[in-house]
Amino acid sequence: MADRAEYARKGIARGRSLVVLQYADGIVFVGENPSRALHKFSEIYDRIGFAAAGKYNEYENLRIGGVRYADLRGYTYDRDDVTARGLANVYAQTLGTIFSSAAEKPYEVELVVAEVGAEPEGDQIYRLPHDGSIVDEHGSVAVGGNAEQISTFLDQRHRDGMSLAEALKLAVQALSRDPNGSEREIPADRLEVAVLDRTRPQQRKFKRIVGRQLARLLEADGAGSTPTDAPSDTEDGDAADTPTATTDPKGTTDTTDSGGDVE
Amino acid sequence: MDFLSDQAPGMLPGNRQMPPMKGAIEAPHGTTIVAAAFPGGVVLAGDRRATMGNMIAQRDIEKVFPADEYSAVGIAGTAGLAVEMVKLFQLELEHFEKVEGAQLSLEGKANRLSTMIRSNLAMAMQGLAVVPLFAGYDIDRERGRIFSYDVTGGRSEEHVGYASTGSGSIFARGSMKKLYREDLTEAETLTLVVQALYDAADDDSATGGPDVGRRIYPIVTVITDEGFRKLTDAESSEIARSILERRLEQPDGPRAALL
Repeated sequence: MADRAEYARKGIARGRSLVVLQYADGIVFVGENPSRALHKFSEIYDRIGFAAAGKYNEYENLRIGGVRYADLRGYTYDRDDVTARGLANVYAQTLGTIFSSAAEKPYEVELVVAEVGAEPEGDQIYRLPHDGSIVDEHGSVAVGGNAEQISTFLDQRHRDGMSLAEALKLAVQALSRDPNGSEREIPADRLEVAVLDRTRPQQRKFKRIVGRQLARLLEADGAGSTPTDAPSDTEDGDAADTPTATTDPKGTTDTTDSGGDVE
Repeated sequence: MDFLSDQAPGMLPGNRQMPPMKGAIEAPHGTTIVAAAFPGGVVLAGDRRATMGNMIAQRDIEKVFPADEYSAVGIAGTAGLAVEMVKLFQLELEHFEKVEGAQLSLEGKANRLSTMIRSNLAMAMQGLAVVPLFAGYDIDRERGRIFSYDVTGGRSEEHVGYASTGSGSIFARGSMKKLYREDLTEAETLTLVVQALYDAADDDSATGGPDVGRRIYPIVTVITDEGFRKLTDAESSEIARSILERRLEQPDGPRAALL
């Protein structure tokens, strides 16, 4: 059993990290993903999103299974009867069975299932490690790669009610840190970003953020701008500079203070 | 749908066990649906009446639904079955999009609707038919397209630019035959379909005309490259009222030249 856990953990740590953060209007998923076609984040249902780290074909399987579960349940009962909690339970059962079964190799995957509520209090984030347990997360979570370091970094800096631009920049900052503490730059075209946005008028709240919209958010001055705002002041050297903070967090914007300020 | 037939075949509309029937069942019937294409999109509209024999079962039934962002389906036939079928169709399109990460082509969607209607043939032969009209904006070809179906699910694309289905379709089609032009604007096409529905209601007791007193107007929808849009009550009432005003002078509607 310990061997299996070790095997799975190593596999997941080999992959790239991703982070899931709560922000004012919902939940944002950010990860480094050079591929255009193979996604780490996907829509499961109206308010439910899926994120995974680890072996692609294994979590693809789980993703499709999740979409089927959700669509069948929503069709059989009602759309409101599909919840992230129910989905997380199903995933936990599946992963648990695979993990305990001697006949199969354990899945090298770690999942995050998130649901956006009508209000921030209704948001839910569940993390599912490879062995079928469920962890109820709040605020921010990182999986894959050097998840623990990134988690600690995020815990210190994340706060409730951040704008999308702020949350996105924080996420990219967190992902840019190497295990040895130095930082590298992740260009916008290597980022995969998606949101569950409770303010969307459509019933389906999941949306991918790409192209110009993504570039605008990464450049924008972090002062509470919404996703559709144009970039504001020029004081922070916004000239196509760095989407990531290659300087000290204190240097550029003044909203994401270092040292984890507490309201 | 394939997944449903594996996992929960009882949920498929066509799979109900039916007791042997004698004679037709009196079930509510949906009635006139019209579609017309214009440069840049397509309009799909339906009346609001559901009849059960000679009684009006419902005055404000909705028969036109979005299938997904770029297509819509209007249904004539047994109301309960039709609504269920639309629900499953919408789900099928959404499911495909989520699993594959890309939308089905318009032809693909039209095909799946065919299969769904075909699977209902047994019930159709017992008197519970469902016949849709499918319209959508084809993103690749950049134009609106219309598909009509028969009760076996056989589909055919309408190249003349307009189509109609339901008990009032004969009158609606005759009306559009004289009024339709390929270069109408979106606003003109919206008026055209409401005229056609009015003419259908004028001659078919199973099709309802605009009910100004109760403010029940036809459901009118338009699909362009910006997606599906249903006209608000205010918008469709404005079109209906302007038509009604003219009809007070000329009850048979606009006159066409003889030659």
